[in-house]
Amino acid sequence: MQILLNGKRFATEAINLDELCESLGFADAKIATAVNGSFVAASERKKTALIEAAEIEIVAPRQGG
Amino acid sequence: MFTLYGATFTSRLLLGTAQYPSPECLKQAVEASGAEIVTVSLRRESARALTGQGFWALIEQLGARVLPNTAGCHTAKEAIATAKMARELFGTSWIKLEVIANDDTLQPDLFGLVEAASALTKEGFEVLPYTTEDLSAAERLVAVGCKVLMPWAAPIGSARGLINKDALKTLRAYFPGTPLIIDAGIGAPSHAAEAMEMGYDAVLLNTAVAKAGDPVKMAQAFARAIEAGRLAFESGLIEPRDMACPSTPVAGTPFFKIDNAS
Repeated sequence: MQILLNGKRFATEAINLDELCESLGFADAKIATAVNGSFVAASERKKTALIEAAEIEIVAPRQGG
Repeated sequence: MFTLYGATFTSRLLLGTAQYPSPECLKQAVEASGAEIVTVSLRRESARALTGQGFWALIEQLGARVLPNTAGCHTAKEAIATAKMARELFGTSWIKLEVIANDDTLQPDLFGLVEAASALTKEGFEVLPYTTEDLSAAERLVAVGCKVLMPWAAPIGSARGLINKDALKTLRAYFPGTPLIIDAGIGAPSHAAEAMEMGYDAVLLNTAVAKAGDPVKMAQAFARAIEAGRLAFESGLIEPRDMACPSTPVAGTPFFKIDNAS
């Protein structure tokens, strides 16, 4: 299926958000997620099914002012 | 000592973590500044680069409390989602709330800011809103539950100092019991000292240190200026006057003739 991952088109076989994060190598990484503009807690990623054209954000800590 | 949402701090300088020439320089600057609170952000993570993971390891070494921001958000919805991601990511309910109205001035969208602050305080966030010196916006932010206000001195990164001192004085006078932190637009230690002399509780800055020729030395300079400004405020500054007033005693001045000799 085609999704929008961090603003770019991306093809994935993952069926939920947790699988997607794992497939990207983020299993133990310090990340946070959002789907279609709304926050999805780490504990909810398994329950969050991916659907065609879903807009996924995966973020991590960064420098800030 | 000053208190923000029940936590007490000795340093009144909050330092940003962006734009330093190197991670090592950032670390040394934070140490030199004595800052106990550092601001951070969250950004898209690349599976290949894993940039954020390395940065987090550095931040953990600093031992400072982190204040995540919602920089770059242009709507309340974006800011709320970003704040929630930040809470999980950084393990803090503190959020430096930014809702940006205009990319040239980076001025806060006060309407979106109040909307986001209201929603976030209801969800248990402790909101530190990046706002302007506007009194009506400040009143609304306090009304929706903000216990700290962070008015700008000047546009972010502009280094222009306190461009609307009258309004900042009014804000200070109007909210005597609310911690007020000058956030953004500070360019020189003298700007920071001036804000502190006016009775502001703290100063948040980033670019003025990170982009200095020697960021570590500049961090020290700001730390001292902020401490000096605070001491001056606590000491009670004298009022300016229009005319001169001699400081040396006038009585007994040599060559001053009280009587004529003849």
